[in-house]
Amino acid sequence: MTHSTPDLSLRHHRREQGLMLALASPALLVILLLIVLPVGWLAWQSIYHDGFTLENYRRIFSEAIYWRSFSLTFQISLLVTLLALLLGYPIAYAASVVPKGWSVLILALVILPFWTSVLVRAYAWLALLQRTGVINQFLQYLGIIDEPLALVHNTFGTVVATVHILLPFMVLPLYATMQKIPHDLMQAGASLGGSPSHTFWRIFLPLSLPGVLAGTTLVFVLCLGFYITPELLGGGRTVMVSLLVSRNVELYDQWGAASAVGVVLLLGVLVIFLIVGRFIPLDRILGQK
Amino acid sequence: MAVASNTGLGRALFGAALGLFASTSIAANAAEQITFVSQGGAYQKAQTVAILDPSAKKLGITINQDSIPDAWPVIKSQVASGKPIWDVVDVPTGYCLRGGEQGLIEKLDFSKIPNAAAMPEAYRNPYSVAYEFYSSVLAYSQKKYPEGATPNSWADFWDVKKFPGRRALRNHPIATLEAALMADGVAPDKLYPLDVDRAFKKLEEIKPNITVWWTSGAQSAQLLNDGEVDMVMAWNGRVSALTKEGAKVAYTYNQGILQSTSLCILKGAPNLATAVKFLNEAVDPVHQANLPLHIDYGPANPKAFDTGVVKPERVAQLPSAPDNAKKQALMSYAWWASPDGEAAEKRWVSFVQK
Repeated sequence: MTHSTPDLSLRHHRREQGLMLALASPALLVILLLIVLPVGWLAWQSIYHDGFTLENYRRIFSEAIYWRSFSLTFQISLLVTLLALLLGYPIAYAASVVPKGWSVLILALVILPFWTSVLVRAYAWLALLQRTGVINQFLQYLGIIDEPLALVHNTFGTVVATVHILLPFMVLPLYATMQKIPHDLMQAGASLGGSPSHTFWRIFLPLSLPGVLAGTTLVFVLCLGFYITPELLGGGRTVMVSLLVSRNVELYDQWGAASAVGVVLLLGVLVIFLIVGRFIPLDRILGQK
Repeated sequence: MAVASNTGLGRALFGAALGLFASTSIAANAAEQITFVSQGGAYQKAQTVAILDPSAKKLGITINQDSIPDAWPVIKSQVASGKPIWDVVDVPTGYCLRGGEQGLIEKLDFSKIPNAAAMPEAYRNPYSVAYEFYSSVLAYSQKKYPEGATPNSWADFWDVKKFPGRRALRNHPIATLEAALMADGVAPDKLYPLDVDRAFKKLEEIKPNITVWWTSGAQSAQLLNDGEVDMVMAWNGRVSALTKEGAKVAYTYNQGILQSTSLCILKGAPNLATAVKFLNEAVDPVHQANLPLHIDYGPANPKAFDTGVVKPERVAQLPSAPDNAKKQALMSYAWWASPDGEAAEKRWVSFVQK
């Protein structure tokens, strides 16, 4: 091979890259105009108000309410992620091993709630969980409980509804990963004497880990910013970070006080992505290549 | 609204073309209309029939309407832009005061608003005049507390032994701190300046018995209607709406906290002179008396009760009727707009969170 061949392919490669950039530019422009600029503007407001100021950040790091809300938000998000994983894994596993027709049905059932608005689903949970709701009345009818249980207007109700809303974000990446795991591998394991649970733990589970990581990251990050559900089902006590953002707009009369809270949350999410990114390339999470 | 912004643009272009000299003649042209903003829904419809249409007719002006649930951010950005589109806004009185202090709201010349000048001094301030009244009242389930055993004061609300049951309060310090102080024995007319520490201490007492800290008026009504709570602080209009639907609920005006929305004018409003004329007309006793015929809010001008427009049995239901007003505490928006008030507001989240 002469020298010119790699050059040619390099040039070809560059041309292709240029073309890709040109094709992507409308989308990039939209992202720049609708996401990067507004977020940048908000971040700017958090440090500039009639001169540079770190007052908004000083407040976040010195007042206890912020620490409590951030810690509650992270705790709820962790719990929701864990529950979604425990519920979502068997669903995705079932969908990946049953015949095609069944898996379509399972996935359809997972995706169906997407067509209902978050608000409607929150109210539906209210109707189910409240004192005079379906669940309490049924349990009382059966004589299992005398007094209605406090299932809503607290953290419990918030977590239940949030898990329900975020479950598809766990199931879909899990399914996408599991579906690509060749079944021959488990058969090969079995033929070498591995029990079903042994082949699952040693072969299937490790191979499904990218999906687990993708699903948990998505659910966790989405949960951090939840607003409607804690607002409607949290009884006023479940003050998650998003609620502090809206409160700060009212209270301090300027965007900066609220956007500083958003900036801290955004940085928190980026740190999580960085840590996760050390274990698995981010393009696999986002692109499912 | 479309009409308003079109003419706004037209005026701007016209003004730019003709320069400074033209602006006087534009003001004269534009004196025929204003843009009025309220909160929309049934409330704005009721005003349109009761106050806006009759005022427009009487003054021979056009009233363009716009509506927004929370006008404050828009007021800020419109005035900051230097070319506001809105003239008159109907907002919680606190916004007018705060806006006035921040230079977002015009100071009023009460010599040009004789109808308002005749109203009680507590119903107006340099920047605004009260427009309608509502009340934060103690509402309860009649199933839980039958006739003869009904809670009748905030002390009763706080008394979990005498009145067992589940309770809800608003997730906001305004009116809630007032209720706590009255529960602790402060007389309704001796509340201000609020003893904030005492109020929060009293609130800590009832906190374990509060099932829900509600955030929207609709939620407060739903909680009571569904039997989720037995007793709640709610806005009178929300409770009477439930009663009309046949719900077994009731409320008392005793120790209610009388609150108002007010009319104020944006700084640099495009039609200032007409806006002032409208302000005067809007609090005219007859127009004001019309309002409660269409919705459960009380007139802000007490003279409305002398017009004979409102029937005595209807008067008895209204928060601002003299007999009812006597039993209540009149909210001091000036106190809530003061540094102490703002500090109390900031303390709230920390209270509900723990």
